[in-house]
Amino acid sequence: MAETALTNAGQPTAQIAGFRGIAADWSSDQRAFKNVSWGKAMMWIFLLSDTFIFSCFLLSYMTARMSTTVPWPNPSEVFALNLGGKHIPLILIAIMTFILISSSGTMAMAVNFGYRRDRVKTAALMLATAAFGATFVSMQAFEWTKLIMEGVRPWGNPWGAAQFGSCFFLITGFHGTHVTIGVIFLIAIARKVLRGDFDVERRGFFTSRKGYYEIVEITGLYWHFVDLVWVFIFAFFYLW
Amino acid sequence: MTNAAVHVEGSQHSLQAHVLAPAASHAKGQQHPIKLYLVVWGWLFVLSTCSYMVDYLGIHGNLRWFLIVLFMVLKAGLIVAVFMHMAWERLALAYAILLPPVLVLVFVSIMVFESDYTHLLRLLFFAAST
Repeated sequence: MAETALTNAGQPTAQIAGFRGIAADWSSDQRAFKNVSWGKAMMWIFLLSDTFIFSCFLLSYMTARMSTTVPWPNPSEVFALNLGGKHIPLILIAIMTFILISSSGTMAMAVNFGYRRDRVKTAALMLATAAFGATFVSMQAFEWTKLIMEGVRPWGNPWGAAQFGSCFFLITGFHGTHVTIGVIFLIAIARKVLRGDFDVERRGFFTSRKGYYEIVEITGLYWHFVDLVWVFIFAFFYLW
Repeated sequence: MTNAAVHVEGSQHSLQAHVLAPAASHAKGQQHPIKLYLVVWGWLFVLSTCSYMVDYLGIHGNLRWFLIVLFMVLKAGLIVAVFMHMAWERLALAYAILLPPVLVLVFVSIMVFESDYTHLLRLLFFAAST
C-alpha cells in the first residue's frame, strides 16, 4: 500500500524526438513525465506556480512605475554605499548578486556529489550553500534597515513616487522569505545526507517514504529557482 | 479507423526500439562533469559583472534596456538549462514547465496598455493638484 506511488523513476522509457515525443508522452498511459520521479515533477510544478506569483509582483511593480506621474526614485542612487570614502552605486546589490550566484554554484556541485554518493562533500557543499544564503539574507536585512532609517515606507519615501517603498518591500521581502525557507530546507537535507539516511534508504519521519539522493537535486531545483528570481529582480527592480 | 490506429501503434513501436539505447544512459540521476558547473558558474559571474557595469558606466536609453534584458535572459537560461538540468530533461517536461511562463508576456502587454491609460488619465485630471 505504501509503495503504490513510484518514488523513483522506474526503468527508462523510449524517447521520441521532437513534438511527436511530447505528444507520445502526454497521451501515454499513467504518467506524462516518464523518467522524472513524482518528487521532482511536483517541485517543478510548484516552481511554475511560484513563477506566476513573482511575475504578478513584478507586473504590479511595472504597472505602478509606468502609471505614476511622480518621478521614480533612482535605484542606482538609493542603493549606493560609501565604501572606503568612495561613493559606489548599487554596490551592495552587486555583492548580493555574486553571493547568490556562488551559492547556486556550490548547490549544483552538491547535487553532483550526491549522485556519486559522496556524503561528506555533498553535505559540506550544501552547508556552504546555506551559509551563502544566510549571508544574503543578512545583507538584505542590512539593506532594509538602511532604507527604513532613511525614511522609506510602503506609503512614501523622500525621493519620489510613493509606490517605490511598497514595491521594494513586497518583492524583496517575498524573495528574502524564499531564501530563508531555502536555507532551512538545505540544512535539514544536509543533516540527513551527513547521517547517511539516503545510503540506507531510511524512511522519513513524516512521510515514511524511503529517502534517496534525488532529494538533493530537488532541494537544488528550489535553490536555483531562488537565484533565478533574483536575476529578474536585479534586472527589473535595481537596474531598470 | 482501426487501420490508422494499428498503423500509429506500429510506427511507435519501431520508434521506441530505435531510441531505447541513448535513453538508458541517463537512467541514474543527472551525472555531469564538475567542470561544466564551474564553467557555467564563471559565465554567470561574467554576465553579472556585465549587467552591473551597465549601471556603473551609466549607459542610458534603449541600449541600457537591451543590455539589461540580454544579460538577464542569458543568466536565466544558463541557470535553468545547466544548473536545473532542464537541458537533459525530456521535452514533455521542458515544454510543460517553460511554455506557461512565456504566456506571462501577454499579461505584460495588457498591463502596458492599462498603465499607459492610467497615466494619461492622471495627467489629464490630476496633474494640476499634485
